[in-house]
Amino acid sequence: MIFTKVNNLPRRLNKDTPVNNLKFKQFVVFTTFCFLMSCKNDTEKLTEIQGKQIPIDSTYAQTDSIETFVEPYRKRINEVLDSTLAYAPKPLLLNDGERTSSMGNLMADIVFEQASPIFNSRSGNTLDFVVLNAGGVRSIISEGNVSARNAYEVMPFENYIEVVELSGSATRELINFVAKSSRRHPVAGIEIVTDKNGALESVNIQGRPFDESRNYYVASSDYLINGGPSVGFFDQIVSRTPTDYLLRNAMIDYFKKVDTLQVVADDRIKQMD
Amino acid sequence: MKRRDFITNTTAASTLIGLGGLSLSSCSNLGKKQITILHTNDVHSHIDAFPPTHSRHPNLGGVARRATLVEQIRNENPNTLLFDAGDIFQGTPYFNFYGGELEFKLMSKLKYDAATIGNHDFDNGIEGLLAQMPNATFEMINANYDFTNTVMDGYVKPYKIYTVDGIKIGVYGLGIELDGLVTKKLYKETQYLNPYEIALDIEKQLKEKEQCDLIVCLSHLGYDYEYPEKPSDTQLAQKTFHTDLIIGGHTHTFLDKPDVRTNQNWNSVLVNQVGCYGINVGRIDFYFDTDKNAQAKGVSITV
Repeated sequence: MIFTKVNNLPRRLNKDTPVNNLKFKQFVVFTTFCFLMSCKNDTEKLTEIQGKQIPIDSTYAQTDSIETFVEPYRKRINEVLDSTLAYAPKPLLLNDGERTSSMGNLMADIVFEQASPIFNSRSGNTLDFVVLNAGGVRSIISEGNVSARNAYEVMPFENYIEVVELSGSATRELINFVAKSSRRHPVAGIEIVTDKNGALESVNIQGRPFDESRNYYVASSDYLINGGPSVGFFDQIVSRTPTDYLLRNAMIDYFKKVDTLQVVADDRIKQMD
Repeated sequence: MKRRDFITNTTAASTLIGLGGLSLSSCSNLGKKQITILHTNDVHSHIDAFPPTHSRHPNLGGVARRATLVEQIRNENPNTLLFDAGDIFQGTPYFNFYGGELEFKLMSKLKYDAATIGNHDFDNGIEGLLAQMPNATFEMINANYDFTNTVMDGYVKPYKIYTVDGIKIGVYGLGIELDGLVTKKLYKETQYLNPYEIALDIEKQLKEKEQCDLIVCLSHLGYDYEYPEKPSDTQLAQKTFHTDLIIGGHTHTFLDKPDVRTNQNWNSVLVNQVGCYGINVGRIDFYFDTDKNAQAKGVSITV
């Protein structure tokens, strides 16, 4: 369109009357203005999208200013985390027993030992047993020196130990759930024997046979307790007693207290052949 | 006089030709624009790279390396935005020791433009999140958490519009249902609102009222679920009308390439998520052209 008008110019230029000139100037200004406006109003439209994923690998150098900024934070954390607190003569694993694991048993034992006095002083009652979830134990502990770093690896989440009071029937449901599960849910203070199908054969709590006529006090993680029936563990809860004690801190305190982690994948949950 | 007129006319003519030429070329140059969107999700306090001995992600990730990549891309194309789709907090002792201070400070140093809120960003309670807000120079964006009766009231925007090289980019955020996932004593009176309803409202507003050229959702809903009643990014993509890109998180999904879905207008929507722990950065480039130049072809997508 614009070129047609440009081509007309020589003819127009030959008609050199001032009126025509003025008209021409107006025309030029107007056309240019229109064109600029049309350009300005011309909306942008999406024509092409390219998507990709860039792996952050060692081909990217570190930005020095970022590295320098992080360094003092890292140094302080490493000082705290890497001091040796205990010793593991054998690796503590998550799959070394038939129905239990050495790592899971250690966790449950730690919760029992560390939470019992707090619960007792807060409620006047006695803790009966501990149930945790297999998925909540996030890492093994390798053979050798044990540090706070291990506690962070095993328990990276800010989960607190809490004690729930359950009726006898709710306790039976909980025990059934743990016994029938395909996963090795950590327990302490309780021995469960099942037949080959996972049906309860015998249950002892604190060395005494399970008594469905009474209530029991069970320590667990607040994550499981808050999860409610959808998580599977806790449904009908009579009362709750928080300890305000992080599972991780219970581990660190326990590691400071003992020299050697002596725990095996025992038969606290046993399935008969 | 005649000569003078001739000169004037010639000048006018060349001005016309010149301006015509200029506006033609500047128009097409103006039209061809590139917007680069970079994104991370579920970095979970992974500030350091994984060690070379790590069984799953040896020698991958690390904020100092990510900074280098982001700077390279910004040098290539200054019209770049950087977003995070939530779960910035929790996963390494950096969070346990410093409560997210370092995560926010580093994201600010990398000049993140915005982030949305993941469930783990409530792990130190809503007060814990508020405590780190002074360390964030980026926006916190979420449209379906109502923070009115919490300390976070006023710190979170439902959406933000970025005008980059004349292109208006509307960015809104969506978060996952907190009940059952986060302890109530942590999220307190934060009200979760239906993410689909909110998304439809906000994208309509961004498209029709704000006249955005590009609409991006930062989502912590999760990529896809077995149960259709659980809101997800793939379903969101198919329910919306105007959203062009959903940057997802929560499910730590490693996609081979961005997923392309079809929305209610039969247009393509990109759904992307780049795993977790800062191992990857997602890069989506949007190219714009003038209506005139663009009309013949539709939107070509290369993933």
